[in-house]
Amino acid sequence: MFKNTRSEVRAVDGLSFEVYRGETLGLVGESGCGKTTVGRTLLRLEEATGGEMMFEGANVTRAGGQQLKDYRRKIQVIFQDPYSSLNPRMTIGEIIAEPMLVYKLVPDRKAARGKVAELLTQVGLFEYMAERYPHELSGGQRQRVGIARALAMQPSFIVCDEPVSALDVSIQAQIINLLEELQQKYRLTFLFIAHDLAVVRHISDRVIVMYLGKVMEIADRDTLYADPQHPYTKALLDAVPIPDPALEAKREYRVLGGEVPSPLNPPRGCVFHTRCPMASEECKMVIPELREVRSKHYAACIKL
Amino acid sequence: MSTAATAIPYKVPKRRHPAVLFMTQQPLGAAGLVVILVMAVCAAFAPWVAPYDPLAVDYGGMLSRPSPEHWLGTDSFGRDVASRIIYGARTALAIGFIASFLGCTAGAVIGVASAYFGGKTDLIIQGLMDVLLSFPIIVLAITVVAVLGNYVVLGIDVNLIIAISVPMLPRVERVVRASALAIREMPYIDAARAAGYSHTRIIFRHIVPNVVAPYLILLTAFVAQAILAEASLSFLGLGVTEPTPSWGLMLSGAAADFYQQAPWMIVFPGIAISLGVFAFNLYGDSLRDWLDPKIKL
Repeated sequence: MFKNTRSEVRAVDGLSFEVYRGETLGLVGESGCGKTTVGRTLLRLEEATGGEMMFEGANVTRAGGQQLKDYRRKIQVIFQDPYSSLNPRMTIGEIIAEPMLVYKLVPDRKAARGKVAELLTQVGLFEYMAERYPHELSGGQRQRVGIARALAMQPSFIVCDEPVSALDVSIQAQIINLLEELQQKYRLTFLFIAHDLAVVRHISDRVIVMYLGKVMEIADRDTLYADPQHPYTKALLDAVPIPDPALEAKREYRVLGGEVPSPLNPPRGCVFHTRCPMASEECKMVIPELREVRSKHYAACIKL
Repeated sequence: MSTAATAIPYKVPKRRHPAVLFMTQQPLGAAGLVVILVMAVCAAFAPWVAPYDPLAVDYGGMLSRPSPEHWLGTDSFGRDVASRIIYGARTALAIGFIASFLGCTAGAVIGVASAYFGGKTDLIIQGLMDVLLSFPIIVLAITVVAVLGNYVVLGIDVNLIIAISVPMLPRVERVVRASALAIREMPYIDAARAAGYSHTRIIFRHIVPNVVAPYLILLTAFVAQAILAEASLSFLGLGVTEPTPSWGLMLSGAAADFYQQAPWMIVFPGIAISLGVFAFNLYGDSLRDWLDPKIKL
């Protein structure tokens, strides 16, 4: 009687990458390119419709029960919005202590309180803030609480989903420095999702560039910023303004034409061909494979 | 010329007691609360407040008009109307509160579960709620009473309470489900899920505390509905039975036959019902404004 015409959005498609222990992998791309979906899938907040996720040698794509619990203890998340990522009805102390009590990382509430104080100091807050409610703190302070909550689980891998894009620039630097400091101290691995190229450049060891749910380019940070191969990465880096008005006025613009196509109806062949300055007829036919164009430098473009 | 800025004396605003704030910002709600408290005191201390035994029959003083002895007159059995109204507050409040609490709590639990689990569970529950919602409150209550009959425990008709709370359930369920749906999408719920907490912990520790405000507001608002439903059912002879004093019951039976000779038999219980319902509605409305932080000054 009712015909349900369902259209499918492939937010992320054919994505394959590795994160090495102790590194920071940056993930950049425009809004709506699927960066967050990648993070949420890793956290098992979304279920992958296909493919596999391996974590420390174990397949966790469909893990359940105890295996999933073990996985969740090792992988944590820091969210973009420091205002809605903390439960407004719990005190800061309760928020940070909860994972420790649930996973019995501390023997009792008293020990948890001590550990909360320790974590608060570590992220640059004060012990007395444990009694406060989230709305009594500023955005930067709340983000620090989010970091402390993630650390409370003693994870080895943290997905940072745009952790600084909702903060003032001065606070951004503080949070980035804090993240780097904690990474050194606890040998953490980060997947750092962001759209701010400068921030990603600062913190990442390697960078993945995404466009419309697909990987365009993967390379070491320095290689990628100095010598981008993929036309999309080039365009993305060109869009960054030069912090010098004289130079900025003189430089030549290579602005991408058009809009990001709808993921409901992605272009055939290479998803970028509709906006690519190098595109030819062939690009509409062939879906480019991600291949090593230089040593340890991968790009998905048939022209390279 | 001195360039140093003079420190502006900053006066720390005095924090007034929340009760005082409520009274100044919500005067109507405070008035409603006063009426509710008077009703509650009457109900709790009825034997001391009431001038007569509400069940004492006096065939010598039937249908006597309001006088210094009987402030609100007597009914066709010579029973003191004022005392019956005071004892009637007991029935009204007990049934009102218990029915509202049961209906709202059951509705809230189902609403949160429906929102949290979503999918098929949500679809089936919402279908059932649609069925219940398609009946007006009184019609559904009458049906439930007719099916269950009377079952009195400790002087309270349990089935009457169930009959009144059943029609509330879907109404509360809808509102609570809507707020729970909004809460479920908050990043802190994602954080809790990513931490691998159990469903029970996420529901009771993270979602429920955030839907308490609408629940409390509905709870007070539905006390008024429950009082009205109890009065209506008793009036129709389906609720509280004689000789238990009940406002709705006082309006039916003999009162309808004698209203021309003894209008006080109808007027005063009627005022009691209206005042009680009005007070709870006023209080419920102002509580809603009060608990919404966006409206607060």
